[in-house]
Amino acid sequence: MQSFDLEAQGLRVLNSTLNAQSTETNQTVWEVTNPKGSHAIAVGLDAPLEVNVKGSTGYYCGGMNKQATIHVHGSAGPGTGENMMSGKIIIEGDASQYLGATAHGGLIVVKGNASSRCGISMKGVNIVVQGNIGHMSAFMGQSGNLVVCGDAGDALGDSCYEARFFVRGSVKSLGADCAKKEMRPEHIEFLREIIAESGVDAKPEEFTRYGSARTLYNFDVDNAGAY
Amino acid sequence: MCGIVGLFLKDPTLEPMLGDMLTDMLITMTDRGPDSAGIAVYGAETVGNAKLTVQSDTPDADFLKLDIDLRKLVMGKVEMSTKDTHAVLEMQADQLDIARAALGNLRPNVRVMSRGDTLEIYKEVGLPKDVASRFDVRTMSGTHGIGHTRMATESAVTTMGAHPFNTGPDQCLVHNGSLSNHNSLRRRLRRLGVHIETENDTEVGAAYLTWRMQEGATLGQAMESALEDLDGFFTFVVGTKDGFGVVRDPIACKPAVMAETDQYVAFGSEYRALVNLPGIEKARVWEPEPATVYFWSHNEAPTSKEKAA
Repeated sequence: MQSFDLEAQGLRVLNSTLNAQSTETNQTVWEVTNPKGSHAIAVGLDAPLEVNVKGSTGYYCGGMNKQATIHVHGSAGPGTGENMMSGKIIIEGDASQYLGATAHGGLIVVKGNASSRCGISMKGVNIVVQGNIGHMSAFMGQSGNLVVCGDAGDALGDSCYEARFFVRGSVKSLGADCAKKEMRPEHIEFLREIIAESGVDAKPEEFTRYGSARTLYNFDVDNAGAY
Repeated sequence: MCGIVGLFLKDPTLEPMLGDMLTDMLITMTDRGPDSAGIAVYGAETVGNAKLTVQSDTPDADFLKLDIDLRKLVMGKVEMSTKDTHAVLEMQADQLDIARAALGNLRPNVRVMSRGDTLEIYKEVGLPKDVASRFDVRTMSGTHGIGHTRMATESAVTTMGAHPFNTGPDQCLVHNGSLSNHNSLRRRLRRLGVHIETENDTEVGAAYLTWRMQEGATLGQAMESALEDLDGFFTFVVGTKDGFGVVRDPIACKPAVMAETDQYVAFGSEYRALVNLPGIEKARVWEPEPATVYFWSHNEAPTSKEKAA
């Protein structure tokens, strides 16, 4: 295992070292100590690394990640996993605003709660939250899945496209054009797999599915006069 | 951007370190705003006395014999201690308004930063580390305090545009965000006779709270109605004689992190500001909910003036 003291060695050295690892690297397991809420920890990785961050992180941890698994042993700041392409981010504590914003792929797991705008404009990522999520989550979500074992805040899925939302608890309110949908066998199967992969505590049958009512983004001939 | 820090001590043994802890927290937030910095500290109270903290760009001339000149106009003693561009004038509490009114004639260039029994506000253009060292904030002790580092958006980079803003006796306000209806609200408040000095948006927010409380609202009620009447982005931290309050606008874009242990309640725009506080590893750390008013008070039975609505 490679160890890295962020306070002593600095952020630029950390990220350039991690970015220099190729897909064939033998140095696959990294431990980052003293993160102390620093911004942009382990961004832009593109190798099958396992990065264990021993503490809480600031803005944009794991942003643009490809392939790597980033495990935050603390809470994560705003914009964690922003524009992630693949790989995995696991947060043991809570996540701040706009977790996984615009992320295209991979999996983000939050063991605590996620704040407002979780999964905003998500484009294919899967996000699993053991606790609750805040308001305006998955705003304009285009693709991917947001799985919430607790409750969702106001305006879930406002103006969403084809992203799917599974909520076990209550939803304070649904956003414009977001609607409750039936749970079909393929949804139960999907939840069974992602719950197992995420290691969260929930049963697939307990969730309700929400998604786009598809009235906002399809052209309606009755509105032709408005153009 | 802008950075806010706040520290409310439950453990009196930490009080001598308040200025030191707040200074470290504020310096960590420097890259959220390098334009100006300020700190409000609630220190020891001398019963019956109150303090005016004043500022001048020409302190040598303006503060020379200011205490002696004031002494001729007010009853009792006037004690002055100067720190760089600021001076604290301590006198009998019932003489504070007389002194404040007299200042305009005695020293037209002196501006009042704060008034109250325990509150002192120090603020200037510059980086947090420079402002803190000019005013020797590290050596200050107190029960609670608030700091702010500003990235100016809505108005000029001046001392008067720096935070915290004094909203009433022993009350102050700091702000991260920008108010979009401050021009119309300023006109409305000025028509009602409220004194607003600058074109700064936060000063309007502060004046709004002052005005609501003059109309009979509690601070908690004033903060609740701010959610209705102020348009824009804000995370506000409000200091009172006994504690501090926090409120975020309903959209809550502007960051806020709180930490609580048996020893303190701390506020930071980012978790980075809190990482060197004692026992932070075991603290309860959370983000305040949008459109929700929070208060912490040293007073176990808070008076209606400070209690959240």
